[in-house]
Amino acid sequence: MIPFTYARATDVADAVRRGGAEAARYLGGGTNLVDLMRETIERPDILVDVTGLSHAITERDDGGLLIGAATSNTALAEHRAVRTRYPALSRAIVAGASAQIRNMATVGGNLLQRTRCAYFYDEAGAHCNKRHPGDGCDAMDGFNRMHAILGASPSCVSVHPSDMCVALAMLDAQVHLEAPASTRRLPLTELHRLPGDRPDVETHLAPGELITAIELPAASLAVRSTYRKVRDRASYAFALVSVAAALEVEEGRVKEVRIALGGVAHKPWRAWTAEAALLGQPATEASFAAAAQAELAAARPLKDNGFKIELARRTMVAVLGELAGEAV
Amino acid sequence: MTISVNGVEAMLPSDPRVSLLDLLREQLGLSGTKKGCDQGACGACTVLVDGERILSCLALAVQYDGRSVTTIEGLGTAECPHPLQSAFIAHDGFQCGYCTPGQICSAMGMIEEVRRGTPSHVTSDITAEVIPFSRDEVRERMSGNLCRCGAHNGIVDAIATLLPEAAE
Ligand SMILES: Cc1cc2nc3c(=O)[nH]c(=O)nc-3n(C[C@H](O)[C@H](O)[C@H](O)COP(=O)(O)OP(=O)(O)OC[C@H]3O[C@@H](n4cnc5c(N)ncnc54)[C@H](O)[C@@H]3O)c2cc1C
Ligand code: SF4
Ligand code: FES
Ligand code: FES
Repeated sequence: MIPFTYARATDVADAVRRGGAEAARYLGGGTNLVDLMRETIERPDILVDVTGLSHAITERDDGGLLIGAATSNTALAEHRAVRTRYPALSRAIVAGASAQIRNMATVGGNLLQRTRCAYFYDEAGAHCNKRHPGDGCDAMDGFNRMHAILGASPSCVSVHPSDMCVALAMLDAQVHLEAPASTRRLPLTELHRLPGDRPDVETHLAPGELITAIELPAASLAVRSTYRKVRDRASYAFALVSVAAALEVEEGRVKEVRIALGGVAHKPWRAWTAEAALLGQPATEASFAAAAQAELAAARPLKDNGFKIELARRTMVAVLGELAGEAV
Repeated sequence: MTISVNGVEAMLPSDPRVSLLDLLREQLGLSGTKKGCDQGACGACTVLVDGERILSCLALAVQYDGRSVTTIEGLGTAECPHPLQSAFIAHDGFQCGYCTPGQICSAMGMIEEVRRGTPSHVTSDITAEVIPFSRDEVRERMSGNLCRCGAHNGIVDAIATLLPEAAE
């Protein structure tokens, strides 16, 4: 780890003032950043600890929920309002990492955690455009079983590893952002970028911009939502494919639906195409399969990950079927 | 800048790169907490901070200013072991013992999480106020603690003695 200075932010203004410095980084639970600093993949000069900022979960007048960015993953997953009104979010969080890591990890840090592509982690031995733009991508012709099937580019085929973000993308969450001269919010689906020819630029955040909170809209639909994660072992593994979905059926037809996929792309993947294909259709397995097929028409397999296309299709059908079963 | 470790105040390191794990082992001589992977993958370094289980290898010590840490040394002694330590002995919850301090600290944190109703990946009704308890729940909740000797059955048996609902 290269030397750095450490400061604990006392409030949002203090955090963005310090975080605006070049080579400053915000520090949440450190479960991703400290690991990457030890590997010298991340090399900040200044760490601004933001775990002392808001970790409140508050009800909005409009029925939504505001969640401070310093809230721990555990505190969010176990909160009553989240478990009862946004069950997919609780399920997604407890499907990720281990209890110890979820106790440390913050909401802000979970959003901005970096890919687990093994070549990205191999600073000494592998070429990676995300670490060193223009250096090439060893995953492209390497071992790419865990990599992307949607939205990838010739520069980078890595996936975003977060489970929580998949549920947030499905739930239409908004991200509250703060910088010295601006306060704004961004839909979670517009926070992360596809790799394009700049895989090193992972989000639409300005340098030094701080995530202060996420906001969940009031949503009766979300009450019937769930999250399913398919992985190589039953626990403590990253997703091969995951699906977050919410469904409302009226008189046998799909009245409202939201679907997002994890483990398939450089960002949490909102399945807009499948959603549009399902609206008004009979809530049957045949419709679910057709919608999944439509979403995955754009999928492109790499050498080792072709199985993900079929796995994503089947998982989408199974999750929608489960929700439709509950809805009748 | 101080940190309380097993009830004793200690100075935090001046170098912010020092992990809580290295502070415990190298500067305070508390070698009960183990370093397995140093990257968050094995759970051997698990300690309790204000009662919550965390991984000390991924924790920068400076971040824990003013907090209260409990390690295996703070739970019990050879003469006066914690009931969970005795249960690990009675149920063969270890072989080489390398993962054991982490397993025991993790189990202490887990029991508290279950008491306050934290759901897990295998909790079927995520809205339930009280978690119906089972061996599957123990296994899932302890999945962040690996044991290369494969003593998992004994570990679950030992933990179950503190959670009578899980015994069946
Ligand atoms: C062994 C292991 C297994 C894991 N398995 C899973 C898994 O299965 N599923 C899953 O989803 N995750 C998994 N994770 C990842 C884990 O969820 C993340 O490491 C964690 O959520 C990151 O949160 P943090 O607060 O520790 O972030 P940090 O490590 O502190 O920070 C991560 C990034 O976010 C930035 N940041 C933090 N807070 C803010 C803020 N408020 N505003 C702007 N930027 C900010 C930091 O600068 C840094 O770039 C695993 C991690 C490990 C080590
Ligand atoms: S897939 Fe992306 S992160 Fe992985 S080696 Fe290629 S450029 Fe790097
Ligand atoms: S040493 Fe901390 S998790 Fe392995
Ligand atoms: S007892 Fe040897 S690693 Fe668990």
